[in-house]
Amino acid sequence: MSKPLISVRGLTKKFGDFTAVDGIDFDVAKGESFGLLGPNGAGKSTTMRILAATSTRTSGTVEILDKDPELFGPLVRAHLGVVPQQDNLDNELTVSENLFIYGRYFGLSKKFIKNKIEELLEFAQLEEKRDVKVEALSGGMKRRLTIARGLVSEPDILLLDEPTTGLDPQARHILWDRLFRLKEQGVTLVLTTHFMDEAEQLCDRLVVMDKGAIMAEGSPAGLIKQYSSKEVLEVRFGSDRNKEVAPQLATMCERMETLPDRLLMYTEDGEALLEKITHAGMHATTSLVRRSSLEDVFLRLTGRTLIE
Amino acid sequence: MNTGIDVPQIQRFGALYIASARLRSMSKWRTIIAAVDIGNPLFYLIAVGIGIGVLVEQGSGTSGTSGIKYIAFIAPALLANTAITGIMDETVFPTIEGFKWRKLFFAQNATPITGRQIALGVYLAALCRAIFSVTVYYLLLLAFSVVDFGVSVLIIPIAILGGAAFGAVILYFAAKIEKDDQFFNILGRLILMPMFLFSGTFFPLTSMPIYLQPIGWVSPLWHATELGREAAFDYSIGNTMVIIHFVVLLTLVVVGLNLSMRQFERRLAK
Repeated sequence: MSKPLISVRGLTKKFGDFTAVDGIDFDVAKGESFGLLGPNGAGKSTTMRILAATSTRTSGTVEILDKDPELFGPLVRAHLGVVPQQDNLDNELTVSENLFIYGRYFGLSKKFIKNKIEELLEFAQLEEKRDVKVEALSGGMKRRLTIARGLVSEPDILLLDEPTTGLDPQARHILWDRLFRLKEQGVTLVLTTHFMDEAEQLCDRLVVMDKGAIMAEGSPAGLIKQYSSKEVLEVRFGSDRNKEVAPQLATMCERMETLPDRLLMYTEDGEALLEKITHAGMHATTSLVRRSSLEDVFLRLTGRTLIE
Repeated sequence: MNTGIDVPQIQRFGALYIASARLRSMSKWRTIIAAVDIGNPLFYLIAVGIGIGVLVEQGSGTSGTSGIKYIAFIAPALLANTAITGIMDETVFPTIEGFKWRKLFFAQNATPITGRQIALGVYLAALCRAIFSVTVYYLLLLAFSVVDFGVSVLIIPIAILGGAAFGAVILYFAAKIEKDDQFFNILGRLILMPMFLFSGTFFPLTSMPIYLQPIGWVSPLWHATELGREAAFDYSIGNTMVIIHFVVLLTLVVVGLNLSMRQFERRLAK
């Protein structure tokens, strides 16, 4: 295997007494789409800012394209495209002006940028908005523009911090489609998310983070296989009854999680389990059989749900 | 990576890229900037030249102002003050916006551009604004026959130096601001206003009691004003004082700018 583009060992970042990132290790290979999955406050954004060669670390080593980002910030950043969690576009400028000045920050020639803008506007589906001030754009458009801006320098690695947080479902799907295209073009993607469906859609491989530490690492399918059963039966008996029936139900499946409003029963065959429960004389008010997801992996690893 | 990215070149010229982006943003406000920079001097020249100046000269002639016509006496101060307020507008707001409101600096810093270059770029763009404001003011002084064209043109660079000294320091404080709630009130009412009133602007500093004079000594406005009067009129403050004024202003520029660049770098690296 060729040398990884990003190599992180024992990375730790403290803010005073608070340890935001606590000794994490991971590698990202060229062309890979790599995710950091975890709830808010897990240390994902802090990690991303260190990978972006802007924030300093407390200890550990980080190599991006064989260079320490803390020592060679500008040189490393020349290879990166960064999409921060909060859009930081220049609201007073137009869509194309934002792309233009950003290209200039990379020292790119005006001619190159002018051509690149056409390509990026098409990619971001913002051709008709080129001369519109950014403040007039919708949230989804701003997000796409921020991503387009991150691509103006044709980066080797695109870092995306919570790319679809705060967007409506339709805008999210458009964005996923755009990111998927980049992945197909061979751009190395590193993204953070607290949406398990996003991680499943976009990531070849991911780490599950909680409280600054990595809990597990693998492909979405691999993690589900390792930490969860094939299917999940979600049943509700009403808030008081849930607790009553829980001990009996727990004996009927591989594993069970009791959430405030429902019970999650892990099994290889959800339908069969539901039948068994009914035979035992218990009638759930609602039931749902679904495949296991990364949400279940996270629940198993941390005892908590991703979005609280 | 795109092969057109030349990192050493960005390391040399990054601050200029930032400055040019700032000028582009400022140009969106050009109508307002022009209105302020023309309107403000006009109000002063009319009020002081026709109103207060006449009153002062009826009272004591020009004996209190080293034989200089009153409106001319305060002209270098008004010019330096214009440089100061212009630079303040273009450093304080963009800096708080860059770190807090829109976080533009974080976007700029995600490129090969460094925090030090961002600080320098914001500062250079602010200087451009001051050059514009002061030049407009000077032209109005000529139009109102307050000064004669000639050696008085030196009050332009001197005023800009005064603004540059103030701007370098205020840039540092703006970059330190975490909570901006009361910052503008304090800056406007408790720093700018007293500085404007007590820096030998409207009367010689020495006509104030000694315990108030230190306000002038620490004020870039006073140093620039004295230099301006020396350059434009027969004011005779002596070579030693000329050197002291220059040294104070240049020191503020160098120290303030270095502190600012370091503060930008630190804050962005948090």
